Amino acid sequence: MLSFLGRRLLGAIPLVLGILTLIFFIMHLAPGDPTTRYSDPSISPEVIEQMRVNLGLDQPLPIQYFRWMTSFLRGDFGYSFGQMRPIAEILPEVLWNTLQLTLVSLVIIFGLGMLIGIYQAVRQYSAGDNVLTFVALFFYSMPAFWFALMLILIFALRASQGDWVIQFPASQMTSLDYDLMSIGEKIRDRIMHLILPATALGVGSAAGVARYMRGSMLEVIRQDYIRTARAKGLSEGRVVFHHALRNALLPIITLMGLTLPYLFGGSVLVETIFAWPGMGRLIVDAVFQRDYPLVMAASFVITVMVILGNLLADALYAVADPRIRVRQDG
Amino acid sequence: MSGLTCLTVWLLLLLLAMARRDRIADILAAPTLPPGDMIALGSLAFFLLANWAWPLFDLTAGRSRRARESGISQWSLAMRQFRRNRMAIAGLIVMILLYAITLLTPLIAPFDPSVQGDIVATRYLAPSAENPMGTDRFGRDILSRTLYGARISLSIGFIAMAIGVGLGTLIGAVAGYFGGIIDSALMRFTDMMLAFPRLILLIVIIALFEPSIFLVVVVLGLTGWMGIARIVRSEVLSLREREFVQAARALGMSDLRIIVRHVVPNTLAPVIVFATLLIGNTILVEAGLSFLGLGVQPPTPSWGNMISEGRDALLTAWWVATFPGLAIVFTVVAFNLLGDGLRDALDPRLRT
Repeated sequence: MLSFLGRRLLGAIPLVLGILTLIFFIMHLAPGDPTTRYSDPSISPEVIEQMRVNLGLDQPLPIQYFRWMTSFLRGDFGYSFGQMRPIAEILPEVLWNTLQLTLVSLVIIFGLGMLIGIYQAVRQYSAGDNVLTFVALFFYSMPAFWFALMLILIFALRASQGDWVIQFPASQMTSLDYDLMSIGEKIRDRIMHLILPATALGVGSAAGVARYMRGSMLEVIRQDYIRTARAKGLSEGRVVFHHALRNALLPIITLMGLTLPYLFGGSVLVETIFAWPGMGRLIVDAVFQRDYPLVMAASFVITVMVILGNLLADALYAVADPRIRVRQDG
Repeated sequence: MSGLTCLTVWLLLLLLAMARRDRIADILAAPTLPPGDMIALGSLAFFLLANWAWPLFDLTAGRSRRARESGISQWSLAMRQFRRNRMAIAGLIVMILLYAITLLTPLIAPFDPSVQGDIVATRYLAPSAENPMGTDRFGRDILSRTLYGARISLSIGFIAMAIGVGLGTLIGAVAGYFGGIIDSALMRFTDMMLAFPRLILLIVIIALFEPSIFLVVVVLGLTGWMGIARIVRSEVLSLREREFVQAARALGMSDLRIIVRHVVPNTLAPVIVFATLLIGNTILVEAGLSFLGLGVQPPTPSWGNMISEGRDALLTAWWVATFPGLAIVFTVVAFNLLGDGLRDALDPRLRT
């Protein structure tokens, strides 16, 4: 098992380097560079030229690439041009913010999606199944950023206007008076701020998971060993959750690996709307400022997160399906 | 299409032409014709004629068509399966309707999408009989802008899909047919593109260059081919071992001819399904880009940038952001229904 994961990890290294190389060259071949935003008649061209020399931008492209690659391989991400801070200082906090959001979304996606899918499969063609199929299609086809705006409109703006019982904050990670709160209030405040963005990010994918779960559960539930389990007199709950679920889970685990890139992409929009200081917003701001080292570092972190997520999915797959463990050639 | 539907469609088109006759007169009287108006008038005339041409064709060719449909070829089986699926038919009708709207927009939209009118008096008007979806910050009619936005979004979706499908089929077919080192190199590249979030890659590319519709379409196409490439490759891997491909090779056909004439046509069924779903997905991504200000640039209306404009006045004017969003949901639901129906009809292995 460990050697299998280790080999997969080694195989991912060329993938990461390939993505980073692609982004490096796209970024450097595009018109403009980090000094463009200083170009102003009151600043002499010599100063701009000196800035370019200081940032190492006067060198030929292959040399810049080589320099970046060597420092990257030594584990040094360099300085952010835009924030004038070492990138290693910026990243951990921002990454943690995004992880909070994406992990809660993942729980929503797979918890909610699987429950709905199982319910639908067990009650196939019932009224509930048909309604849920249509609702799932609706959410599946909905742009996450529009759904986020509608959530804000109803549960934050209208709610505070009409003084409803449940009100959610419309943006930021914490309230303004967060520092003055007690521990319990702080936790509650953070959770309240998480609910709307995590829902907006997760519901679309949850609908997708429900669709797959329904399909794979239906395939399993028709099989003979399920009939045997029922004939033994096991309770329906035990048959569904203990016997059927384990086999029906396999395609869902594969789906988990595929959801991650989508989730990180969607977080760009959701983080922008909810003013959430995470990776998505960081990378967008960095691109607009032509902050080359920061874009590269953020791309690296996102790629590594996606690959680790896929590895986790592989490991879970092996846990759920003992047949995988026998042939470890991958 | 039965006679009654034919007649209804024709009457509806005629009604549209009658209702908008002063607009048509305006268009004809104008010294220079904008291409959009010209396309609209041309398609109206074409639809009116084609509607009669179809039943005539149906009468003469009907018998042989029915004979074909009762056959057992893959396509006629799929056709029969598809016709039984009501949701998919609904999706197909909505899709045809949407593309008809994109052609006829200048005739259907009640107002010019960029005319601002008296800003003080007509800004942020709530939905009413005159402006069924209200007006925005500049007093522009939301309904008209949503209709014009349909034109942009659906065209971008279609063209980007075409680029993606073309590229994906090419890469998948080459990888699957030649195998070996070409295959592993191309598939590694595909995996790489799949591992990085597409939206972030799009943002990086578009933000660095000058955002324009052309760039958005091309980049959406260039980042949307990976799924197709994988599907085509797996199909080609099994096809290339089949007798008819070996026979073609034994006859001395070139690789190019075998791929284009014998292998690719046999991968069409899953590609059509995926392409339909891809249009819906592309429309969603394009809306996201325009929302961030990286897609279609204002004042050209697109659903994404209309939602973005509505964001500033969410509480005072909820209709500005709501209706374009509903238009997206409606469109993408139609494409997903159609895609699911096509998949059930064309690819029985995937039926659930």
